[in-house]
Amino acid sequence: MSEHHGPATGIQRWLYATNHKDIGTMYLWFSFAMFFLGGSFAMVIRAELFQPGLQLVEPAFFNQMTTMHGLIMVFGAVMPAFVGLANWMVPLMIGAPDMALPRMNNLSFWILPFAFAMLVSTFFMEGGAPAFGWTFYAPLSTTYAPPSVTFFIFAVHLLGASSIMGSINIIVTVMNLRAPGMTYMKLPLFVWTWVITAFLLIAAMPVLAGAVTMMLTDIHFGTSFFSAAGGGDPVMFQHIFWFFGHPEVYIIILPAFGVVSEIIPTFSRKRLFGYSSMVYATASIAFLSFIVWAHHMYTTGMPLAGELFFMYATMLIAVPTGVKVFNWIATMFGGALTFETPMLFCIAFVFLFTLGGLTGVMLSLAPVDFAYHDSYFVVAHFHYTMVAGAIFSMSAAVYYWLPKWSGKMYNETMGKVHFWVAFIGFNLTFFPQHFVGLAGMPRRIPDYALQFADFNMMSSIGAFIYGFAQLLFLYNVVQTIRKGKVNTDEKTWEGAEGLEWTVPSPAPFHTFSTPPTVK
Amino acid sequence: MTNIVDTKKKRTTVILLVMVAAMFGFGFALVPLYDLLCELTGINGKVVLVPYDAKNVEVDEQRIVSVQFLALNNSGMPWKFKPNHNSIKVNPGASTSTSFFAHNPTQNLMVGQAVPSISPSGAAKYFHKIECFCFNQQELKGGAQADLGLQFFVDKDLPKNIHTITLTYTLFDVTQKVASSN
Repeated sequence: MSEHHGPATGIQRWLYATNHKDIGTMYLWFSFAMFFLGGSFAMVIRAELFQPGLQLVEPAFFNQMTTMHGLIMVFGAVMPAFVGLANWMVPLMIGAPDMALPRMNNLSFWILPFAFAMLVSTFFMEGGAPAFGWTFYAPLSTTYAPPSVTFFIFAVHLLGASSIMGSINIIVTVMNLRAPGMTYMKLPLFVWTWVITAFLLIAAMPVLAGAVTMMLTDIHFGTSFFSAAGGGDPVMFQHIFWFFGHPEVYIIILPAFGVVSEIIPTFSRKRLFGYSSMVYATASIAFLSFIVWAHHMYTTGMPLAGELFFMYATMLIAVPTGVKVFNWIATMFGGALTFETPMLFCIAFVFLFTLGGLTGVMLSLAPVDFAYHDSYFVVAHFHYTMVAGAIFSMSAAVYYWLPKWSGKMYNETMGKVHFWVAFIGFNLTFFPQHFVGLAGMPRRIPDYALQFADFNMMSSIGAFIYGFAQLLFLYNVVQTIRKGKVNTDEKTWEGAEGLEWTVPSPAPFHTFSTPPTVK
Repeated sequence: MTNIVDTKKKRTTVILLVMVAAMFGFGFALVPLYDLLCELTGINGKVVLVPYDAKNVEVDEQRIVSVQFLALNNSGMPWKFKPNHNSIKVNPGASTSTSFFAHNPTQNLMVGQAVPSISPSGAAKYFHKIECFCFNQQELKGGAQADLGLQFFVDKDLPKNIHTITLTYTLFDVTQKVASSN
């Protein structure tokens, strides 16, 4: 056993980092930065849509904004944030001294800044950044793409490599480094959701890599995977993309389920209701995610049998998701509830994610989807699941574990202000988008018909409020770390359970060098 | 103890890496799978691009099916391209000939490739081409024009609910592709 030693000093600590806490911290700050970058693109979009007509940006640039907003939020903000959270929490939760493959961990983080530098540099290239939407349908992304698409393709390759390595690391850690007595059915739910997410990533990301590789050879090497002239088929692109794309949205949301399943019991002062049903529900959602992809493609002219299969399979997902929602409610039912900031975000998550789930059931109906397809209704739906799902749960996670990470307590009043501003801003932004969508406003357009003006103005005002709420979030985090009230309690929250609350606060550089025994 | 954990870690990592490689391969395997599925079911209206070997075909004199023809140019294709007959009524099983007109208005030699598609897609399996210009690439000198022949018959097993079949040709400019492959 080597001697305990502290971290290296200066920049070397971060460049050569192999400690799971340091790497987790880097992931979290990096995703925070990307969240603000992607958010600033959203502000440009909402500013342009404040009024009908073209005010601020050219349509071509607007398309770059919608594309890069989606790409950066999905691959730069949400995914690295949850990988960072996993890096920090998984070893602490299972009683492991570190991640199983620390050097690969270093590599998987340090790929990211280069990948995003490459992606963002496309703004300064001739023809501008990718403008074909985050779904990059061929032939828009092949025949009609700006020259910068090649950089986009390599950036996606790198991001894929990074998340695959991160996933392998998490699975190897959980399978081999659990503390004695920590059986699979005793794993905290956050760890469970991450193991399942990691398997989703391993199955889905290589397919995405394949899709962009086919684009690359179509563009540069004369193949015709997606070109009908050479015997290919552009619709096949959509099949391959969504075979990755649908599991991808669960990759984003499953760790969020895990976070909420940790926090709600703490502030309800009860054990999580239906632990094993939660595990099985998560696994069922993961399985179903691979057989529903074509519900994104109802309007491509599928045969009736296909539409029906994908419709029923999609509606089936509501069952395990319903199990989860009812379990969270049952956990709160009859509990001694207190409403600290993390709990507020989690309750808002349960409420708003359910709304997003219900619009999802509406969209799953093939006959009506022909009307909703590519409208703002879809935008409202996936922001209710992605923002109120992933981002709200991430905010909850930061407030919940920040005292453990930093050894300082955040200011509860400021936390609550952040929550309420975010909650109001979020709903003001996205609730009206259901209405304009149902009334026929298409997504990804820089201008719109006059009758949508009022709701769009509300939406834009809401977006600015929501953007401001994130500045409060940043302020809260920085203030807590710099000047927060010192909190050295091992157990920050009265009702908290789990191994991470048995180590000192702030969590020392090395924890569980001797594995704890779990009864 | 530590060594056992290390071996187990290595094993898990290798298994997972194999899964990654397998899924990357699966992404590419989707391409032939997709074509196979479409060929078996005719889902995307794709038609087999080889002549149909017609032997002892019975003609169903009782039934009349209307076959419509459409011609489209893919973007950037300057040729004039249209069917010489917009619609033909045929008996299933009876071989019918028709033609499309193509004219190259540019000054240069160009090569075109027509890609067929049939709707409703359920009819794709029952539309047989004995001879089709889409089996080959079409070369036209600058200013030249040609009638492109098509000989086909409709299978007598065509589902009863289909009364009209639409055959669409999309004409692609493959001049560059042909030049670069030579």
